[in-house]
Amino acid sequence: MTASVLAFARKDRAGSAPARLARSSDTLLYLSGVTVSFDGFKALNHLSLMIGKGELRSIVGPNGAGKTTMMDVITGKTRPDEGEVFYGDTVDLTKLDEAEIATLGIGRKFQKPTVFENLTVFENLELALKAPRGSFASLLFRLVGPQIDRIDWALETVGLKDRRHWSAGALSHGQKQWLEIGMLLIQDAELLLLDEPVAGMTDKETEATAELILSLAGERTLVVVEHDMEFVRSLGARVTVLHEGSVLAEGPLDKIQADPRVIEVYLGR
Amino acid sequence: MERRLFDRRGWTMFFGIGAALALGVPVLNGAGILPDYAIPLLGKYVAFAILALSLDLVWGYAGILSLGHGAFFALGGYAMGMYLMRQIGTRGVYGNATLPDFMVFLNWKELPWYWLGFDNFAFAALMIVLVPGILAFVFGYLAFRSRVSGVYLSIITQALTFALMLAFFRNDMGFGGNNGLTDFKELLGFDLQAKSTRIGLYVASVLALGGAFLLCRFVVASKLGRVLLAIRDAESRVRFLGYSTTSAKLFAFTLSAMLAGLAGALYVPQVGIINPGEFSPAASIEIAIWVAVGGRGTLIGAIAGALVCSYLKTWLTGVAPEAWLFVLGALFVGVTLVMPKGLVGLIDDLRSRRAAASGAVRS
Repeated sequence: MTASVLAFARKDRAGSAPARLARSSDTLLYLSGVTVSFDGFKALNHLSLMIGKGELRSIVGPNGAGKTTMMDVITGKTRPDEGEVFYGDTVDLTKLDEAEIATLGIGRKFQKPTVFENLTVFENLELALKAPRGSFASLLFRLVGPQIDRIDWALETVGLKDRRHWSAGALSHGQKQWLEIGMLLIQDAELLLLDEPVAGMTDKETEATAELILSLAGERTLVVVEHDMEFVRSLGARVTVLHEGSVLAEGPLDKIQADPRVIEVYLGR
Repeated sequence: MERRLFDRRGWTMFFGIGAALALGVPVLNGAGILPDYAIPLLGKYVAFAILALSLDLVWGYAGILSLGHGAFFALGGYAMGMYLMRQIGTRGVYGNATLPDFMVFLNWKELPWYWLGFDNFAFAALMIVLVPGILAFVFGYLAFRSRVSGVYLSIITQALTFALMLAFFRNDMGFGGNNGLTDFKELLGFDLQAKSTRIGLYVASVLALGGAFLLCRFVVASKLGRVLLAIRDAESRVRFLGYSTTSAKLFAFTLSAMLAGLAGALYVPQVGIINPGEFSPAASIEIAIWVAVGGRGTLIGAIAGALVCSYLKTWLTGVAPEAWLFVLGALFVGVTLVMPKGLVGLIDDLRSRRAAASGAVRS
């Protein structure tokens, strides 16, 4: 990834039109001037952001900074009032619905782990497994050997092998998080959006999650939203700070933590 | 969740119970134990069981509480009724070969276009599933695409059946107004009053129930069945996995409406009448109560619920007619509060408790 890919422009505080980011062919996700208002409250305010192919990016920010809304915009849950959201060079995400965006290869792990509690761990993964998504295709779907191997691989990767036939509702909070990550892996998502992946995990689990995320970076593109600064540090990735719906600062963690504007937002006022 | 249709024991039970239902009634009737009048009554219960099964497919598995399933049932029933009306021919009161009595009475000169073709059984059979299916598809497409769900969906399904009821009450609609369609004579040349025809209809209903059960079982045991369950529990999450929940719900809803139409078509020749009362919102709510009583999300529970409640209704409206609605209401409240999983859940609980108890004794 080149420096130009990661270059960003922050919205001019005076309110002029946001500077357009230069896109290159290495850009996987491109947000420009995205604004979302809820009853006058601007959850996102001319947010511009670029994520390069294979990049690992951490997003931090105080509560209400717009992190989850940003995820909602990318995954099609929320339509922006204005602004552009592109996946790759040509796909306009604002024109697609959630299911279409997911089939493009964008996977999302929610802040609150949402697995299908009445299905088993295996069945949760089976649903996520990359396969035709149509209703008739699902009706006639039969798992074949390589697909079962792939589910086994995912179970192994997220450490739920001996929980295979448990109902997902019986898993611990941390295990549900892992199952959800496993579902993203098996979905073959190219871009993984992880909203607080280590919330409610023990230190050991957190460490293992960081390892897993690092092992995926490069091969997949990951955007990690997290509050836990220790965890963000362990990822060692470029950090974007969101504040009041736009980008406040971006760069390596050390530089970010020394930035007086960031310190003010987190500690001041 | 089962992946196979049945295991060996399941198949044995399926054919065992099916054969007992299909053969037991004619045998008991032949032996003089079961009176003749009970045969169409039991046939009616079996038709209701198919109807309950159809509702359970959408409510129990996809979380769509339709409180308008009576509409699909009635449409299937009307399609069958139209065929039966055309079969009457010159034996009607007015002796008109083409026009049913009520049209002659209303001074109509010719058959409305939508009655054409209904003298042909194959055409009528197609309409029995097609008309409810198309209505469900269009209605479902509009509702699911706009993401109407939960209680709002239930309310508009009530509105749908209510609107149809008002429409069918009108004489100008050409479906016999509030009298509906009745005075049927024969079906495929068989006299509807004959005992053999009644037994035949009953057996056909049991076979249809078996087929409907297998079909529903096939759907819920497939991956689509698990997608539907996932939609019931966390619909938005399913979308983020790349499934169009609109399409999956539409599939279940349309299939369900077609089954309900089939149930209606089996019901009409056995009770001898179809009128707009079948569209009444209360009738549709009753179906939901059957499913709740039997245990939603279990196909066998829906069947059991329909049979038990229908029998209860027959018995109670005989001994204390004014009490039935109170009992029905109390049943619904009671089941919801005391046994949310219905009869099937109750039996499962008792069984596991007994297994636990015997395990404790042994150890």
